[in-house]
Amino acid sequence: MPESILNGLFFYVLAVVILGGAIMTITRRNAVHSAIWLVVTLMGVAGLYLHLNAEFLAAVQILVYIGGIMVLFLFVIMLVNLDEAAKQRQFNRQWSLALICTLVVLVEFGFFLMRGAGSFAFAEPGQGALKPNTELMAVALFQDYLLPFEIASLLLLVAILGAVLMAKKEI
Amino acid sequence: MNFLESIWLIPLFPAAGALIMLLFGKKLPNKIVSIICPGSVLISFIFALGAVMQLSGLAERRYEKILYTWLPSAGFHMANGDMSRIGADWGFLLDPLSSVMVLVVTGVGFLIHVYSVGYMGHEGGYYRFFGYLNLFMFSMLTLVLGNNYLLLFVGWEGVGLCSYLLIGFYFHKKSAGDAGKKAFVVNRIGDGGFVLGMFLILATFGTLRFTSVTEQAASGHFSIGDPVFTLIALGLFVGAMGKSAQFPLYVWLPDAMEGPTPVSALIHAATMVTAGVYMIARSNVLYTLSPDAMAVVASVGAFTALFAATIGIAQNDIKKVLAYSTVSQLGYMVLACGVGAFGAGIFHLMTHAFFKALLFLGAGSVIHALSGEQDLYKMGALKNKIPVTYGTFMVASLAIIGLPPFAGFFSKDEILWLTWNSSVGISWLLWMIGFITAGLTACYIWRLVFLAFFGKSRVDHHVEHHIHESPKSMTIPLIVLAVLSAIGGWIGWPAALGGSNRLEHWLEPVFEPSHHILAAGGHAAELAASHAQEYMFMGLSVAVACFGVFLAYYFFLKNPAASESLATNFSGIHRVLQNKYYVDEFYNKYLVEGFCKGGGNALWRFDSSVIDGGVNGSAWLTRLFSRASIWWDTWVIDGFVRASAFAVRVLSYPVRLLQTGLVQGSALFILFGILIFMSYFLLG
Amino acid sequence: MPEITTAHYVMLSAALFSIGTIGVLTRRNVVIILMSIELILNAVNINLVAFSNQLMNMSGQAFAVFVIVDAAAEAAVGLGIIIALFRNKETVNADEIDLMKW
Repeated sequence: MPESILNGLFFYVLAVVILGGAIMTITRRNAVHSAIWLVVTLMGVAGLYLHLNAEFLAAVQILVYIGGIMVLFLFVIMLVNLDEAAKQRQFNRQWSLALICTLVVLVEFGFFLMRGAGSFAFAEPGQGALKPNTELMAVALFQDYLLPFEIASLLLLVAILGAVLMAKKEI
Repeated sequence: MNFLESIWLIPLFPAAGALIMLLFGKKLPNKIVSIICPGSVLISFIFALGAVMQLSGLAERRYEKILYTWLPSAGFHMANGDMSRIGADWGFLLDPLSSVMVLVVTGVGFLIHVYSVGYMGHEGGYYRFFGYLNLFMFSMLTLVLGNNYLLLFVGWEGVGLCSYLLIGFYFHKKSAGDAGKKAFVVNRIGDGGFVLGMFLILATFGTLRFTSVTEQAASGHFSIGDPVFTLIALGLFVGAMGKSAQFPLYVWLPDAMEGPTPVSALIHAATMVTAGVYMIARSNVLYTLSPDAMAVVASVGAFTALFAATIGIAQNDIKKVLAYSTVSQLGYMVLACGVGAFGAGIFHLMTHAFFKALLFLGAGSVIHALSGEQDLYKMGALKNKIPVTYGTFMVASLAIIGLPPFAGFFSKDEILWLTWNSSVGISWLLWMIGFITAGLTACYIWRLVFLAFFGKSRVDHHVEHHIHESPKSMTIPLIVLAVLSAIGGWIGWPAALGGSNRLEHWLEPVFEPSHHILAAGGHAAELAASHAQEYMFMGLSVAVACFGVFLAYYFFLKNPAASESLATNFSGIHRVLQNKYYVDEFYNKYLVEGFCKGGGNALWRFDSSVIDGGVNGSAWLTRLFSRASIWWDTWVIDGFVRASAFAVRVLSYPVRLLQTGLVQGSALFILFGILIFMSYFLLG
Repeated sequence: MPEITTAHYVMLSAALFSIGTIGVLTRRNVVIILMSIELILNAVNINLVAFSNQLMNMSGQAFAVFVIVDAAAEAAVGLGIIIALFRNKETVNADEIDLMKW
């Protein structure tokens, strides 16, 4: 099988996994089910990263997202009693309007890209290298984007404090 | 120092004293009060004395100082159609007439102030008494120094007010309060006439200034007997009747004895009650131009003199006797003015101020010694117990009956002599009345003297132990006044007795225009009578006085039983005299009651129909307006407010729908925004 | 089968973004709304990584890392808010929370 066909197959399978998982995520009545479908989606995205020469990111996606954030979600789901919510209406009153609008936006987006095939082009493929990926990532983060990196760490610190403050029973 | 320049200060010293007393007097100790108040009058006296001395040096013997125009006003039409302006000045006039008055007022006033320090020492309201007294001095000095009728009227009302306040000084006594009110009301009746006279003067001359009025009246444009002068003179005389206690408005003066004795001496004997005489003398030209008014004045004066003297004989209250004596003596002065002898009237005013003040102060000393006893039949044999009072009282008694060379002799004799010689048609009758009155005067005064100082003591036993001579502050004024009563008349020593009658010459410039008018009209009195005739009149009046004294001696000292049998034999007359001819009762029954009842009814009707009608009508109107206002408020004002609120509500409705507070709704709007932008780019 | 270009990735990203948006706008359960936000962030990441691959530039991937950090922070704070909200209002439904109305 030629490589391009393999590439296409790989992409489409992952796209189906991602979109299907996403749709299942937002339609499930049970929040735990939603979370598990979200994990599926995130796994799909991680696969896509691998395909796009971002091995490090794929690893981060699995470790941080699936291993960290999703566990956090599950904890919260356990803490908050969602039995009551599961029996209630799942969508709010504006859902049809929101759906239509979003789909229109999506169609317009697609229309952009269709037109873009002829009228505007993506930039030419670059000449740099993405491999060795982890090494280059280290260079990018610790040399080129050191200050944003530090700011991000500060952001996390603030977020931790904020989360503790929010979740505390009595201040 | 130029005292003439500062005559306007003379009334201000007592005014300052009064102000201090009435503002801070309550907090001042009596000692300071007794320095400030008599002191302020003393300063006034010194200033007055200085001013009169300097006045005598002037060629014209008239000094007028106008401080400012006090009542500037719009023009008005005089009776003859000319335009004029009222301009009442705050101005002062010092001429011989006012100089006599100002000296008498400040001099006697000062002595009585000093006397009051002793007399009122134990009374409550000490500062109040002196405050009123000083206020009175201010008003009286304004009265005599004012240069126009309106300023005179200001003083006139001021002394009336002070008289009211001081008569009612013991305001906790109902009789005192009533007496004060009576004095006030009766004086207002007189003031009505005075004001009318003043308006007539204004309408006739277009000015109220004494000098201008005199000048115009004496200019010869007006003929004698012009009815307008009769009206003016009678109007002014009604005022004088009230103030100077002439029949029929004298009734307040005897009641005024409810006030403290120094007040009776100062206000109701020496100064205030002579204001009417002063005013007549001041308006002498106007009176001279109206012989009819003169006749009325003379008749009223003579009648009052006799009428009051007869009442005085039958009174038992020491102060009441003196009060009627004052009325009688005022009658003399008015009689003198009425017969054109203004100078003699003023002369008698002056001597009367001395001896009547002395009599009242002496009576006050007696009352003081007897712890407040005023009934003559509870006195007697006091001559050795209070010798100074006795001695000075004797001098005054000799002076009032007109025994030479005491003061009363000269003034009373001049009046009688000039009355006899006057041009009034009934001059012999007037003289006769005056003559009889002189005898009666001697009789009632000496009756008082004999009952109080001689004979057997009828004093209550518990009072007897306390009889004592008065303190120095009281006896010294008595002595000074006794000296004045003795020799004060020498200033008018008649030519017939080898004197020169200096007072008459001094006053001459004031009364000169009257004499000119009389001379021009051929009405001048023929004073060609011989000195022999004058001696004869003097002898007659001395004789009648002695006869009066003898009657008093016989009936009240030597043979008291005779007086009692006389009283029983003529009980009708005695009762009428004792009850003062029932004049008060008459007034009460026909005037006061009638007025009160009729007036009350009328006022009640007026009240219930007009005032209440007005009130009810205005209430009805208010209700009507408030109804309309309610309607307007509810439908228009509220409607406007509601309509604007409704409009806001309606307009806000769609906007309100957007504001749900739901996060997802807001997010949907963001999506709308994206949609619109993208559509814009696609379609554009 | 045509070659898979960056446009395909962008289209996939747009679809994922749309699904996330639909989730945010329509679901009542705030936990699932937070999950939808994660979907949106992942759509962004796909875009970033796709362009990074095309341009052979590491910046896109570096930014993707930052986005993941951001997502973690957001999830922590958001879940804290959910707990506080549930504790006070006994609900996890977004349309029952309208405190911003007044």
